[in-house]
Amino acid sequence: MRRIALAACVPLGAALLMPAAAVAADGPTLDETVSSLNTLWVIVAGVLVMFMQAGFAFLEIGFSRAKNAGLGVVKILTNFSIAALAYWAVGFALAFGGAGTIAGTNGFFLDVSSAPADAAAQFPLLDIAGISPAALLFFQFVFCAVSLAIVWGATLERIKFSAYVIYAVVFAAVIYPVISHWIFGGGWLQVNIGMQDFAGSTVVHLIGATGGFAALLLLGPRRGKYGPDGKPRAIPGHSMPLVGLGVLILWLGWFGFNPGSTLGALGNRFAEVVLVTNLAAAAGVLAALCVMYMRTKTYDVGMAGNGAIAGLVAITAPSGYVEFWAAPIIGAVAGVIVVYGVVLIEKWLDDPVGALSAHGLAGIWGTLACGLFTAPRLAELNGVGDGGLWYTGSFTQLGDQALGIGVAFVCVFTVSYAVFALIKATIGLRVTADEEDAGLDIAETGMYGYPEQFIPPSELVGPGLPATRAAPQPAPAGVTATAVPGEATA
Amino acid sequence: MKMVVAYIRHEAFEPIRADLLEAGFPSLSITEVKGSGRQKAITEHYRGSQLAVHLRPKLKLECVVESKDVGLIKEMILRHARTGSVGDGKLFVLPVEEAVRIRTGEYGEDVLQAHEGEEVMVNGDRP
Repeated sequence: MRRIALAACVPLGAALLMPAAAVAADGPTLDETVSSLNTLWVIVAGVLVMFMQAGFAFLEIGFSRAKNAGLGVVKILTNFSIAALAYWAVGFALAFGGAGTIAGTNGFFLDVSSAPADAAAQFPLLDIAGISPAALLFFQFVFCAVSLAIVWGATLERIKFSAYVIYAVVFAAVIYPVISHWIFGGGWLQVNIGMQDFAGSTVVHLIGATGGFAALLLLGPRRGKYGPDGKPRAIPGHSMPLVGLGVLILWLGWFGFNPGSTLGALGNRFAEVVLVTNLAAAAGVLAALCVMYMRTKTYDVGMAGNGAIAGLVAITAPSGYVEFWAAPIIGAVAGVIVVYGVVLIEKWLDDPVGALSAHGLAGIWGTLACGLFTAPRLAELNGVGDGGLWYTGSFTQLGDQALGIGVAFVCVFTVSYAVFALIKATIGLRVTADEEDAGLDIAETGMYGYPEQFIPPSELVGPGLPATRAAPQPAPAGVTATAVPGEATA
Repeated sequence: MKMVVAYIRHEAFEPIRADLLEAGFPSLSITEVKGSGRQKAITEHYRGSQLAVHLRPKLKLECVVESKDVGLIKEMILRHARTGSVGDGKLFVLPVEEAVRIRTGEYGEDVLQAHEGEEVMVNGDRP
């Protein structure tokens, strides 16, 4: 049966191939098909990364108190939208518009209609990746938006909404693009130093956390975070289930974040990066849970989530450079770092979601991990830097990584601190104490995230005051005669 | 014996609680209440339309003490609850006829608050 079926297929297949071959002359070439395939994967990955905004929204809302829950939604929407416009107008050109040492110059207000054939010359990365410029812009923009979202995690529950708007423009148009040019876009850290950062442990996560750190220093803690004795007190977030949902959405989004940074589907590297990413996240969860259990004898929900994020952040830089076996090690170390980081940082700085630890410290660790575990064959494949200490016995790559981290931190911190100081001096960075007590929902958005919790039922869906008072109902027969004998006669 | 009932702002409670503990009055109850007074309504905006919420959230603090202590308790509450703005709340003092400690059946003024030598549990310490 099978043989007959196969035999029948041969002429059919030949018949089908014939017109295809005939069309190929003026139809899509193999190069064009490959380009479309790569573009398709980059767009799918970019869409997954965009969904991480939902993850950040739920994570931050869950870690906030109920009186600040609604603001998280409008904050995420606003920041994402500002970044979308600013990155298209200015950011993309600075980041990827040419191989300048400091910044690119081509492609402000990207318009592919003028000289589509010229694209590869204007944007050097396209020469390597062979994808549509629009796909490259979109994919890099969603990274920028993730980095911006990280900034605000540390500032929850007391920062002014207007501060978001101003910093978001500067961040998406200048700060993020310039640093990402240095490390992703052919700038000096990537080309001259050979710093390895596959998907952005430093570029995306450390930068975001550094912006948050600068904001935090000028912003101060939430009211009541530190007792009269100066010791930090827990201000529990209102929904651990929402935190869990946020973490899992971020985890899913990371399967676009790291594997998408291959900027193509050809060669199937992206599948290996998916596995590496997953291994590190899993190890991060288990390590954080174990450390927390040893400290408190409880299974800490929030810390399990922080462990997952830390593992994912740490594997972001090495995901394209390390073999499978290194991933659980990198993730587990990140899980340990995040727990001690959160506990230590909380002594001085009020970071409601642990962003400084999960994105900052884990980002630093992940970037350094390249210097330890990068496989020489993958360094060669990516064409950046050398193998790590484990393989080569040389500290060179580790030193390069450390230099890159230091430069990124200092630059972003300086500019961010200046911007936030300017905001603080002019319009103010923080809401008033009364507004903070009432909650940012009613103070900034004018509406409660959970109205039933704050508005008494009688006022929420009540019928309002009756126009005339209802007439008294006659008492049921038999009651009046015996209930209050003295009044029955009145 | 008197019961002191105070309707106060949420943020006033913590310092009052700390002072009362320090002065040896750990026994009290609070209730989250919604009420109205001279303070303006909160206006909630919802997708372009408005809703006036007249009942504002307050804390109701109840505390039964010996008659001689009433002045002290009143002063502690007023010191922290008064901001000078409309909406600080009100305080009432009510007479109390009898007090019984349920665990032992003791009654009278002795059962009202912790006395010297008795251990006071703070912040959820477990025995």
